[in-house]
Amino acid sequence: MSEWFTFFNELMRKMLFLPEQASTLAYRIDFLHYFVFIVTMVSSIAVGLLAVSFFFKYRAKEKLASTPIVNASHRFEATVIAVPLVFFFIWAAIGFRDYMWYTTPPRNTLDIYVTAKKWMWHFSHPDGPNSNANLTVPANRPVRLLLTSRDVIHSFFVPEFRIKQDAIPGRYTEIWFEATKPGRYRIYCTEYCGTWHSNMVGEVIVLPGQEFDNWIAKQRLGLSDRVDVSASTDNGGDFRGDLASYGRRLAGVQGCLKCHSLDGQPHIGPTWVDLYKRKTVLVSGETIIADEGYLTESMMDPYTKVVKGFQQVMPSFRGKLAAPEAAALVEFIKTLRSDSLENTPSKEAVYGPVERR
Amino acid sequence: MAQLSVVNESEGYLKVNYMNADRGIMSWVLTLDHKRIALMYFVLTMVSFFIGGMLAEAIRIEHLTPGETIMGANTYNRMFTLHGVVMIFMFMIPAVPGIFGNFCLPLMLGAKDVAFPRLNLLSVYVYAVGAGLLVYAMASGGVDAGWTFYAPYSLSTPATIFPALLGVFIIGFSSILTGLNFIVTVHTLRAPGMTWMRMPLFVWATYATSIIQVLATPVIGITAMLVGIEHVFGFGFFDPTRGGDPVLFQHMFWFYSHPAVYIMVLPSMGVISEAVAAVSRKNIFGYKMIAYSSLGITFVGFFAWGHHMFLSGQSALDSGAFAIISMLVGVFTAIKVFNWVGTMYRGSIAVNALLFYVCGFLFFVVFGGMTGIAVATVSLDVHWHDTYFVVAHFHFIMVGAVLMGVLAAIHMWFPKMFGRMYHEGWAMVAAALIVLGFNATFIPQFLLGNAGMPRRYFLYDEKYWMLNVASTAGSTLLFIGFVIVAIYLIYALKHGPIAGSNPWGLTGLEWQTTSPPPKHNFIGQPTVEEDPYTYQKKGEKVEHVVI
Amino acid sequence: MSSSEAHQEHEHPWYLAHHFDNIKVQNYAVRMGMWLFLGTEVLLFAGLFLGYTVYRYFYPQAFEECSQLLSVGMGAFNTVVLIGSSFLVVWAYHSIKHDQVKKCAWLLFLTIVCAGIFLVVKYFEYMHKIHEGQLPGKMYTFEGVTAPGANMYFSIYFLMTGLHALHVIIGATILAVLMVRVMKGKYGSHHNVPIELGGLYWHLVDLVWIFLFPLLYLI
Repeated sequence: MSEWFTFFNELMRKMLFLPEQASTLAYRIDFLHYFVFIVTMVSSIAVGLLAVSFFFKYRAKEKLASTPIVNASHRFEATVIAVPLVFFFIWAAIGFRDYMWYTTPPRNTLDIYVTAKKWMWHFSHPDGPNSNANLTVPANRPVRLLLTSRDVIHSFFVPEFRIKQDAIPGRYTEIWFEATKPGRYRIYCTEYCGTWHSNMVGEVIVLPGQEFDNWIAKQRLGLSDRVDVSASTDNGGDFRGDLASYGRRLAGVQGCLKCHSLDGQPHIGPTWVDLYKRKTVLVSGETIIADEGYLTESMMDPYTKVVKGFQQVMPSFRGKLAAPEAAALVEFIKTLRSDSLENTPSKEAVYGPVERR
Repeated sequence: MAQLSVVNESEGYLKVNYMNADRGIMSWVLTLDHKRIALMYFVLTMVSFFIGGMLAEAIRIEHLTPGETIMGANTYNRMFTLHGVVMIFMFMIPAVPGIFGNFCLPLMLGAKDVAFPRLNLLSVYVYAVGAGLLVYAMASGGVDAGWTFYAPYSLSTPATIFPALLGVFIIGFSSILTGLNFIVTVHTLRAPGMTWMRMPLFVWATYATSIIQVLATPVIGITAMLVGIEHVFGFGFFDPTRGGDPVLFQHMFWFYSHPAVYIMVLPSMGVISEAVAAVSRKNIFGYKMIAYSSLGITFVGFFAWGHHMFLSGQSALDSGAFAIISMLVGVFTAIKVFNWVGTMYRGSIAVNALLFYVCGFLFFVVFGGMTGIAVATVSLDVHWHDTYFVVAHFHFIMVGAVLMGVLAAIHMWFPKMFGRMYHEGWAMVAAALIVLGFNATFIPQFLLGNAGMPRRYFLYDEKYWMLNVASTAGSTLLFIGFVIVAIYLIYALKHGPIAGSNPWGLTGLEWQTTSPPPKHNFIGQPTVEEDPYTYQKKGEKVEHVVI
Repeated sequence: MSSSEAHQEHEHPWYLAHHFDNIKVQNYAVRMGMWLFLGTEVLLFAGLFLGYTVYRYFYPQAFEECSQLLSVGMGAFNTVVLIGSSFLVVWAYHSIKHDQVKKCAWLLFLTIVCAGIFLVVKYFEYMHKIHEGQLPGKMYTFEGVTAPGANMYFSIYFLMTGLHALHVIIGATILAVLMVRVMKGKYGSHHNVPIELGGLYWHLVDLVWIFLFPLLYLI
């Protein structure tokens, strides 16, 4: 950018109270913004001056004066339609082009899962680590965010990056950005979500590339056991290894983790953490201990003993799970103890990124 | 002919008029007279406006400091929800059609009444019941879902939203009845000689509005009921945990609520068309273009709803299509603006409060409209969506423009409705205060949105403090302006000078009858022999100009 | 002027409102009003039809399995009843046009009886569903269909048929009022538009069912 251009950009940005431009998208959006703003101002002032000049020139000199009958020619009307239309369509076209750019992530993005929840943001790097409220990303590297929500609709907004996207329960949405300046930037929730909507804030921490690599390597120290919940189905049948690992894999394949969390938080179903041998109150009011028998029964006949506070939404897995598979799941559940939960990596729902051309 | 004799010619005030022709409470409660119904709407919507305005003031005062100022987070959330619900459903949608549509439409067409007077009366009571339910919802703890009632938040909130949704549903019926009535009235009750192309532009605008009311309102009705039923019985229609789709709610909601913006603004555009001709004593420049552009907005407005959902996960292609369609609304509005300004050319422009409101309207509609084009530009919306920029944008249109229309209508037709004149000096002072105060309130909000302050925020970062204080200060000016208007109008009701049947020297049929009009509007059947807005003296040589 | 007013006074029968010039204009106006109203009714249902389309697309399997749970026999019977009643109401309109007052009243009565039969059959259908736990949303307890979205099918089923049943009740009430007025001799060949409009409303009720029956029961 030439010096003059930088000056123009800074002038406009400060005049319009726009925040710093800290992503590649920010420049695109701001330049279209300036274009629209300048055309609007010039044309409105022109129309305004015209009206004012009419006002002074044609002030009423007598009450109930006669006036000429003035009509518009077709040529005039056509101009009046065509000129705004051309500008509007140019803006729409540029806007659409930028929007396509913004909604089509490049290859080799760094993927980060974002889960919104009243009233916090949860970020997970697929290979760890996780964090609440703070999202750490590298500068000058494209980052893709895969957003979903656990309860109501939220919206992820970073003014300095000019990015925003709704996080919708029950589906994933994606956006990408490339931060250009290391620093710390505010995250806001922009979709009204209840009492503390305005407190649902966080920070993006942009680190220079090398620093980020060091940071993430340090974070991953101690994460010995990687959980790959997005396990593919291809080798599920002839799995070799211990039952618990098999169960872990099955839980991803069979979709258990869509409803049962591995982080101790109740989701659509009860969490699996500490579930084994837990004293559980049922809808019917009776209390049972969740032993192997109960766990297996709940997979096959989910509605006979529903845990209090949950809906009857779980499908039956009768016929879908072979006996050894059910056993593997039970074994997996048995390994999930909260005292061993420290430093576990991503526990997000299964999400297979769509193949991009 | 009997009634003619009671016109006191020297005073120009019809002593036995529609307001006192029948006496007693029942003659008002069961009235079928469109003019009395208009007055009932006047009172009800003004009470609603007062409630909504007070809520707005409370919100602005809360924002004087970044933290908690006068209320807690939950109270704040209820305040902005109710501000939206009251202003939109109880004030803006019924105001201009209910008051001025009812009062002026039959008069302008030269009809004795609207086509279905009993439905008209019913619409007032339906409105009152719906509004009552909304007030009950407020009193019984309030609603905190935002006026948009987005699922699934609205399904999970513990607040008592069912009465509020039922209220919205019922008010919707009132709106349908009004719209249906006006469409049929325009089709069947035009005076002899009142061809379509001779109809005043306010009638055209009301007609276009009525089409939207009839076609869009049932959809919000069923949507509101679905949310209500789901909140109470758990039907799961929009609830993702039961297999429902929350985005479907947004589609159904905006299918109504986007055209609803035009229900609010089109009648005001009609009023301004009348007012701009009145203050400049000119024929409307491009009459047909203005008339057709109202219908154009109606048609296109039905297909633009998706621009509220650019970031809700709808496909990028959809977003692009909705953006293009939204641009067309901008073009129709631009046509109107150019033609209004053109109408002033070679006119004889009077300086009065009406002119202030016309200019205010033009200003608000240009900037509200252009910022609308800007937020409909897909990529720009990414930054502005759900920030204060959007808040400022729709307040420019829905408050700035609509309110200028309402105020212009009040000031233009007040002498017709009540037969008396208000104080012109005070009216100009108030108009100036309102236009200034409005700008001072909402221009800072555009900048807040640029700076990235999200809407519906109870707490905000300190970097947004200064602009929020500016906005609150502006709202105080606005408030003072409204108080002045209320005072001089109420004073004028009893003590204003007699206006005479045609104080502005206008040509519409409503000015050909007495002020206030008699019970059956006209004495004899009026006929129309010339185009509207023909301000030339009879027999005078008329200069024709084509640009 | 006064002579023409006296003339108009003379021509104003009780059923002509004061603000209409003549009966032709009034009839045009009320017909137009009714058609507009029917348009709003269609749009009211349109929201639910949209929901049906979207969720059928989301959950094709559940919708197919659940629609087989409905009794096609009962649905078909109700369809015949409603179509028959539509025929009866047209016949009633035809009779009143020819001043056959008594016949018209009887035909309207039969139409209302058809509405009653429809509602009784619907009642049995509902009772069966409630008994089986084939209920909307969170109330769904039926175990026969486990495909996801079964509860959504029944949400839509109950909303659509419920709203339709409400319209049947409203329609029957309107026809009952018309029947009483017919018996009082208010209508005849000179004035029969209210019967026509009541019939139109009844046709709408019928028409909505004609869409609901295949969508919910057959496919």
